[in-house]
Order: sequence, then C-alpha cells, then structure tokens
Amino acid sequence: MLSYVGRRVLYSIPVILVASFLTFAFVRATFDPTAKLRQSRTAASAIREERQHLGLNEPLVEQYGTWLGRFVRGDWGTSERTHEAVSAQIGRALWNTTQLIVWSVLLSAMAAVAIGVYSALRQYSVLDYTFTGLSFLGLALPAFWFGLIAIEFLAVGPKQWFHLSQPPLFFVGLHSTSGGVVDYLRHLVLPVLTLTVGIVAGWSRFQRASMLDIMSSDYIRTARAKGVPRRRVVLRHGLRNALVPLVTVMALDIGALFGGLIITEKIFSVPGMGKLFFDSLLAGDATTLTAWLVVTAAFIVAFNLLADLAYSWLDPRVRVA
Amino acid sequence: MRPRDGTPIPEPEPIGPSHLLPPADVGFATAGGVTSRSPWELFRRRFRRHRLALVSLGVLIGLCIVCFGAPFFAPYARDHQDLTLGAVGPSWHHWFGTDELGRDELTRLLYAGQISLEIGLAVAALSTLVGVVIGAIAGFVGKATDQMLMRVTDLFLVLPALAVLALALEKFGHDSFTIIWVLAALFWMYVARVVRAQVLVIREQEFVEAARASGATGPWIVVRHVLPNCVGPIVVNATLAVAAAIVAESSLSFLGFGVQLPATSWGRMISDAEGYVGTSHAYLLYFPGLAILLTVLAVNFLGDGLRDAFDPTSEPA
Repeated sequence: MLSYVGRRVLYSIPVILVASFLTFAFVRATFDPTAKLRQSRTAASAIREERQHLGLNEPLVEQYGTWLGRFVRGDWGTSERTHEAVSAQIGRALWNTTQLIVWSVLLSAMAAVAIGVYSALRQYSVLDYTFTGLSFLGLALPAFWFGLIAIEFLAVGPKQWFHLSQPPLFFVGLHSTSGGVVDYLRHLVLPVLTLTVGIVAGWSRFQRASMLDIMSSDYIRTARAKGVPRRRVVLRHGLRNALVPLVTVMALDIGALFGGLIITEKIFSVPGMGKLFFDSLLAGDATTLTAWLVVTAAFIVAFNLLADLAYSWLDPRVRVA
Repeated sequence: MRPRDGTPIPEPEPIGPSHLLPPADVGFATAGGVTSRSPWELFRRRFRRHRLALVSLGVLIGLCIVCFGAPFFAPYARDHQDLTLGAVGPSWHHWFGTDELGRDELTRLLYAGQISLEIGLAVAALSTLVGVVIGAIAGFVGKATDQMLMRVTDLFLVLPALAVLALALEKFGHDSFTIIWVLAALFWMYVARVVRAQVLVIREQEFVEAARASGATGPWIVVRHVLPNCVGPIVVNATLAVAAAIVAESSLSFLGFGVQLPATSWGRMISDAEGYVGTSHAYLLYFPGLAILLTVLAVNFLGDGLRDAFDPTSEPA
C-alpha cells in the first residue's frame, strides 16, 4: 500500500509542474503587465525599464523558474488590482468557497445516498421514477438559471407576496452586519441549494446504479439465504460496498468544485474563489490569475489523487492491477 | 432469463416439428425465407422501442428547424422594434412578451437558438473528431505514444475548465467561431479516453488478427475494423457533448465571456435579463432558460436511448 501511495504521489508532481508552466505561459501571453503604463503615455524608456525590472525580457522558462521559486516559498506576488498580497487574497477567498463546498457536499452526499439506496431497493416504484425524472431535470438545469429562478421564487417573490420588510433568504454575500447563526444560514441557503441541485442529480443516479449492481450479486443472496436480517444485509453488506465507487466520484467532483464555483459565486456575490477569478480576469490582474489557476489545478490534482488512494484503500483489488 | 417481478414462467410448448427451427423473427435463415438482420437493423429496432428518445429526437429536429428556419417561422423580423410598446408580458400578439426595447421575445429566442445550437453541434463534431483520432492512435499504437498522449489528456483534465475557457476567450476574441474552437479544445479528452479503452479491447480480437494476417496495414485496420466497432460509445459521447457544449456556452455568455452583442445566444439572453429578477419583467428570464432546459433534456434522453440501442447485451428486439 505504501509503495502504491508513493508512486501515485510522485506521479502527481510532474503533472502539477507542467500544468503550472502551461498556465504561467498562457497568462503571460494573454496579459501584458505593462499595459497600464502604455495607456498612460509613459515614455518608451520607462516602459522598457519596467519590463527589465519585471524580468519580462528573460526567456520564458527562466521567468517561470523565478516565479516558481517565489511561489514555492509562499511569495505569490502583489495583486495588480487591489495592491494586496495575492496569497492573502486567495486565502480569504478559499475560506468562503470552502464553506459553500462543505455544506453543499454534506447535504448532497446525504440526499444522494438516501435517494440512491431507496431507488435501488424499490426499483421501478413510483418514487423511483420520480427521483429519476427529477435527476434528469437537475442534470439539465443550467446552474445560473436555477440560481436566478431561486432568487425570484424564494427570496424576492415571498417578500413581495407577504409584504415582508426583508426577504426570507438573502442572496448577496455570506454575512451581513447583524451577524449571528440565523443570519449566516439565511445567506447560505440559496447558494448551497443551487450547488446541491446539480450535484445530487449526478450522485444519486450513480449511487442507484452502484447499489443495484451490488444488491444483485451472489454474496448478497448468500447473506439473505443464511438468514441475515434484511436491514443488516442492506446496510452492512450492500451499502458499505456500494459506497466505494461513490466516494471516488465525490472526491473527483469536490476537486473540480474549487474551480467550478464561478457562476454560483457570481450570482450570489459570494467573495470566494470564483468571484476572485471573475474580478481578476476583468481587471487583467495577471499575478492573481496565475496563482489562482495553479492553486485550483493543485486542488483538482490533489482530489484526483485522494480519489485514487481512497479507492485502493477501500477496494484492495485495485492495487494489484 | 427469469423475470424478476414474479411473472409466471410460460409453460413449455409441446415439442413438435416446427419447434426444431428457431422462430422466424429471431434473425436466422429459416425455411420460410431469409430474415437476417444487420447490426443497424437491430440498432434501429432497439432504438425505436425507446419512446422517450424518439420523442426527444423529434423535439431536437423540431428545434433545429424552427431556429435555423427563423426567417420563415419567427412572427416578426429580426431586431424589429416596437418602441411604443417597451417591455410587456406575454400576449396574443407577442406570445413570449417583448423585451425592454420592444423586440418580440419569441423572435429573439429563435435567432439566439441558432447560435446556441450551432455552437453545441459544432463543438460536439469537432471534439469528437479530435478525441477519436487521439484515442485511436493512443490505443492502437500503444507503448510510448499511448503514454505520451494519455499524459497530455490527464493534463487537460486537471485544468479548471470554465476558468481556462474564460481566459482563452479573453485572449482569442468572442465570436462564435472562436468559441467553438476553444470549447472543442477542452472537450475532446472524454471521447479520447473512451475510444482508447475501446480500441485496447478490440485490437486484441481475432478478426483484427485475421485482417493483419491477410496483409492489412495499421491505418486500414483502424478505419475499417476497429473504429466501426466503437461507433456506439462514440455516438453516445458526441450526443452528450452537444448538451455539455450548449450549457458551457450559455454559462460563458452569462458571465459575459461568450458571444457579444448584437449576436445573442440563450445564455446571453438570460444574462441580459438578470437585472429583472423580482420585477414584473421576470418573464424575460424564463423563456431562454426553458429553451436551454428543453434542449439539454432532449439531448440527454436521446443519449440514453442511443446507449441502450447500441448496447449488444440489452435484450434483442
């Protein structure tokens, strides 16, 4: 097992290095850090001096080396948009994004497992068909549209219908000045709901398929034949094994979420990673964008790795193959 | 196979001379005449049983006809404005209402659909082509080529897709041609992986060995013997790519990185209507969203039906 872990970890390092180089090169090619100077009619000599100072005349690989050296030591540069340390900016954004992800993933996992197991045990029942229909709908719903519709019907709408002084659910940011747990939850519901709808649709389908597969296997029949109580068969023999593939998919999806929250965070103005990317891109803030892309790619690689390791730990047959 | 739901197993029929021959509709040459069935015939039969997929196919074809035939079907001329009207809700004259510039919403929806559907179809075609070529080469050639191509695929998969898309469109521009290329560049990996896995299995089979023994060259074997056997997964993946591309385009347009005015797509229309949430003009938000929902739903059902129809292990029709 240890050598397997070691091999997988070692393999991720070149992936993240090459990915970071590509990102670096691409951002460099897209944005010119001296663009602002150009606009403000600064003398050509001053621009040349600035280029020299920023090291833009060096070969690309050398620039990357310098950047990587600083990046690894924790010096991620200064944002051209806010003139603040990029690492502090990303740290703050990451915290807000993590809150959204943790709540949505917890909620989605519980709902998906419950729906998946129920649908598998009562295959072709009315409720199974209902869940199947809903999950198709959930998979086809564009997240941004659902978010806007949710604001319309769960926040602004009720406020108008019942003449409330403020909407029952908030849709801007994660906190307001009043503070408190209730206030926090009222901010959280809509973005978490928007994320959850999309995630549950996929996970519950997956859990249903995996549970159906397991429940029709021979050892389940053996367990039933031995007289093991049904509850125990479903939970201990069935669910425990049916969860293995879901855990892998969950790890992969969570990694992708760190880069995929752009839309949800924009709709609900949550100052997280997605919002940071959006603002930085509009402002042409190359330093933040590079660091952002590398951090997100690192999250995806890390969770891919976690998925592999979790799978091989839960299902030892994988390690041999 | 014993039915699971407790249906009684039919009594065995009395054995007679007619029973020695397989029933006429199983697809063998029988005494009554030749009723052999090609794989396509079997596919068509299985697909036709999938009613939801058939309806979806009809919906999609219908959508394509009304959107691309918008000059004939749209109730008003493109960009026709009724400035005295402004934004009013659905009525008999304007089924889906009008926007703030007095343009008929249904007309806009049809023209916007042209761009959304065009991007979805083109991205699916292009990314499938690239994915099939890369996957087939990786799977068939194997060794170092395979290793290299699969590492490149891995690399593309770890990039945060939506962010890279937005960045790339900032760099290369926002016309629909560029959007198609950039989306395809980030969509081919899934097909490539599927095709590679499939090719790895097929190239070990006897008929490939037979073709090689009779002197067929590598490219010939891939094109004539290997790829025709991967058609199922390729078509299913291409179908799902249409849906994914439409959603990706609309998400990018929603963020403002997609098509730019005066061109408009469904995502762009939602983005334009974002400010009307909670006002009396919220209907401007509903219709483009429903259009995306309907299209993606239909594409997904179609993909599901195709998957079942291509699956040789599903029950013969």
